[in-house]
Amino acid sequence: MSDPISLSDVTVERDGAAVLRDISFALGASERLAIVGPNGAGKTTLLRTIAGLERAKAGRVTLFGKDCGSEADFRMARPRIGFLFQDSDDQLFCPTVAEDVAFGPLNTGCTSEEAFARASEVLGTLGIDHLGDRIIHKLSGGEKRLVCLAGLLAMRPDVLLLDEPTNGVDTENGARLRDRLRAFGGAMILVSHDDGFVADMANRALVLEGGGLRAAEIHEHPHMHSHAHVHTLPEGA
Amino acid sequence: MIALPGDMRVRLVTALILVVAISQLQTIPVAATVLAAAVTVAVMSGIGGKAWLRMLHVETFMILLFVTLPFTVPGRAVLTIGPFDASAEGFTRAAVIACKVSASVLTIVVFLGSVEAMRLGAALHSLRVPEPIVRLFVLTVRYLSVIGGEARRLQEAMRARAFRPGSNRHTWRSYGNLVGMLLVRALDRAQRVEEAMLCRGFSGRFPWQKPPRLSRSEMGFMALATTAAVLITAADRL
Repeated sequence: MSDPISLSDVTVERDGAAVLRDISFALGASERLAIVGPNGAGKTTLLRTIAGLERAKAGRVTLFGKDCGSEADFRMARPRIGFLFQDSDDQLFCPTVAEDVAFGPLNTGCTSEEAFARASEVLGTLGIDHLGDRIIHKLSGGEKRLVCLAGLLAMRPDVLLLDEPTNGVDTENGARLRDRLRAFGGAMILVSHDDGFVADMANRALVLEGGGLRAAEIHEHPHMHSHAHVHTLPEGA
Repeated sequence: MIALPGDMRVRLVTALILVVAISQLQTIPVAATVLAAAVTVAVMSGIGGKAWLRMLHVETFMILLFVTLPFTVPGRAVLTIGPFDASAEGFTRAAVIACKVSASVLTIVVFLGSVEAMRLGAALHSLRVPEPIVRLFVLTVRYLSVIGGEARRLQEAMRARAFRPGSNRHTWRSYGNLVGMLLVRALDRAQRVEEAMLCRGFSGRFPWQKPPRLSRSEMGFMALATTAAVLITAADRL
C-alpha cells in the first residue's frame, strides 16, 4: 500500500514570498511524525497544504496514492484526514457537543442514528460521554479540545493532523488526550511546542526552519533537575 | 407549577400564535384580562427573577408611551399642561399598548426565555424557515460570545495600558481601531470556521437531523393555544 501522505518538492507562497520551499517527505501508515520549529516557520501552513486549504505553487501533494491538485481531489481525501485546528472555537460551531461530533459522519453519508451512535461511542472512548448534551460555548478550554478531537475521530480517519493539540489543556484532560491518541491506530503528524508531549507521542521528527525540512531525532537524556513547585500549606500553618 | 411541552417547534408556534392574537387586541378590558392571564401563567410556570427584571426594562419603555401618546392622539382633553392637551383617547391607547406589549413579552419569556438560543436552529429549520437564515442565526448565536470575549479582552488590554474613554479624538480613534480589529478578526475566524467545516466533509448542505413526530399531547397543546387565541380575538371584536 502507498503512503497515506507524501509531498514532493512542494513550494507554497504567500504574498509572493515562499513560506515553504521544496518540501519533500512521506508519512508511513503508522508513523507518528512530529514537526518542530520556531514560531512562524510554516508548520501550520504545511498542515494546511496537506489538507488542501492552501495550494502548492509547485510540487506534488499525494494523498492515499492519488495526486491532489484541485478542490475536488482534496474533498475526496479529507474525510480520511482529521485536521485538529489550533483554536478549538474555529472547529466547534454546533450548539451541542453531540451535534458537533456527529457533524462529520453526517457529511460523509451516515444516517442520523449511525452518526449519533458514533458520537457517543467516541465521546465514551475519550472519557467525556457526560458532555454529550452540553452547550459548547460553555465548555472549558480542555474540554473543547477533547470535543474537537472527538469530532475528528468520529469520521474514522486514517491520518490525524494535530496543530498544537495540548494548547490550553489542563493535566486531567491532557491525560485523556494522550491516552486516546496513543490508542489511535493510524498515522499522525503533530505540530507542538510541548516537548514532553512530542517525546511521548512521536516516533520520528522533522525540523522546519527557514521554509525547509530537516531530519531530526527525538532523544531522551537525564537532566539535573530542579524546578519550583506550588503546594497548598497544611491547615493552621 | 405547570409543565410546558419540551419540543421547540411547539413552543415557537404556540408563542407565535398567541403573540399575533394579542397584538391585534383593541379594547382595554380584554387586553387587561390577557395581561392578568399572562402574569398568572408566568408565575405558575416559575420564570426566574432575572426574567422579571427583564420585564422591568420593557415597562420603563412603556412610560414613554404614557408621556407621548396622550398629547399626540386627538380627542377629549382631560389634562392641560401649558399649551398641550392630553386626550383620554391617548391614555386609553397607551394603556392598551402597554397591556399588549407586556402580555406578549411575558408569553415569549414563558415559552422561550429559558431556552438556549442555539437550540432553536433545528426547530426553525423543521418549521421550513429558509436554510440560509437559520444558519446565519445559529452561527451568530454561537460566535457572539466568542467575538464578545475578544472585544472584552481587547478593551481590558486597553484599560491595562491606562486608556480612559472621554469625548476626544484619541478615544474615537481608539474605539475605531477596536471595532476595525474586531471586524478583521471576525472575518478571519469566519474563514477558519469554514475551512474546519470543509475538513470534516462539509459540501454546502447542512446535515440537519430529522425532527421527531409531534405527540398527541403536543398537538393538543397547540390546539388549546389556538382556541385561546380565537377566543380573545372574538371577545375583543364582538
